[in-house]
Amino acid sequence: MHLPISDKIELNILHQNSHQAEKNKVKFNNYNLLCLNIMSSPGAGKTRLLEITLEDLSKEFQSAVLEGDMTTNLDAARLEKLNIPVVPITTGRACHLDANMVSGGLKLLEKKINPDLLDILLVENVGNLVCPAEFEIGEHFKIALLSITEGEDKPLKYPIMFREADLILITKVDLLPYLNFDINELKSNITSTNPNADVIEISSITKSGFDLWQNWISKKIMKFKNK
Amino acid sequence: MTKCLILSMEEWAEKKNKERIVVEKINLKIGEFTCVEPISLINTFNAAVLGSWLDSSEITIETIPFEGKCTKCNRSYFPKKENGYKSPCCNINLEEIISGRELKIASIDFKEK
Repeated sequence: MHLPISDKIELNILHQNSHQAEKNKVKFNNYNLLCLNIMSSPGAGKTRLLEITLEDLSKEFQSAVLEGDMTTNLDAARLEKLNIPVVPITTGRACHLDANMVSGGLKLLEKKINPDLLDILLVENVGNLVCPAEFEIGEHFKIALLSITEGEDKPLKYPIMFREADLILITKVDLLPYLNFDINELKSNITSTNPNADVIEISSITKSGFDLWQNWISKKIMKFKNK
Repeated sequence: MTKCLILSMEEWAEKKNKERIVVEKINLKIGEFTCVEPISLINTFNAAVLGSWLDSSEITIETIPFEGKCTKCNRSYFPKKENGYKSPCCNINLEEIISGRELKIASIDFKEK
């Protein structure tokens, strides 16, 4: 046995995922396809958000969904009713989507539709406020949902998620009159964690805020298409 | 994260001729402002590599402090969540992160058989 050697490599542990995410992004760009990575804790309202959003969005833009779920295709089945291309990605024991999974999902999507015909790809990540924040998938924007039933402190407790997000959607705001919840404290905690994020309050029951959210998406698609 | 670490080690070892080396230490730099809990990473790594070519390797972790920069006066500071990550000097929101997001294999100590 020889003397020990120290190989100073300074290598990002996530470099393989980052490399695949870059490849995904190149593909999205070649298809002129805007990709949004939608993340939240379980039950914050991601799938309901997509159901409502896609109903309106589909009038103006061609959309598709990659639907991440640990063990079932239940959410994908809900979205398939909207007659848009949906590819379920079952992650098994993994608590997040990674770039390889999204690459596989994109290949399956290519069998369903020519992505050149699409304007936007919505990727619903696995419900989790921790790991999805660290794993790039090649998205152009990250959207984090936070429902008011989760508490005002969540941006401080899960800072990476809210720091990484480009847009934070505060969901279930129709419940505000029934809860002892300080939305200004939540907004202050969001600003502390990420002063640059856009913030929109929405309700899937009353549909309040959906005009702002739809407008946000439309602007991003138009800007992306005219880049 | 453990899987990513092992895949990175596999990739590195392929270039070194895996059959001819014994990894003694994998020296990591993990930032405080990441989703990684160092002890958990060590435990899951030790469990995952049992019986594999990395079985005898040891993980060491250097924790990199979470450091931000006050964009008003350009001073660096250590953001605290109790203070909403604001700069203590000018009470400004955390705009710029200097360090703490690292997830790195800094170096690998190994021997050739």
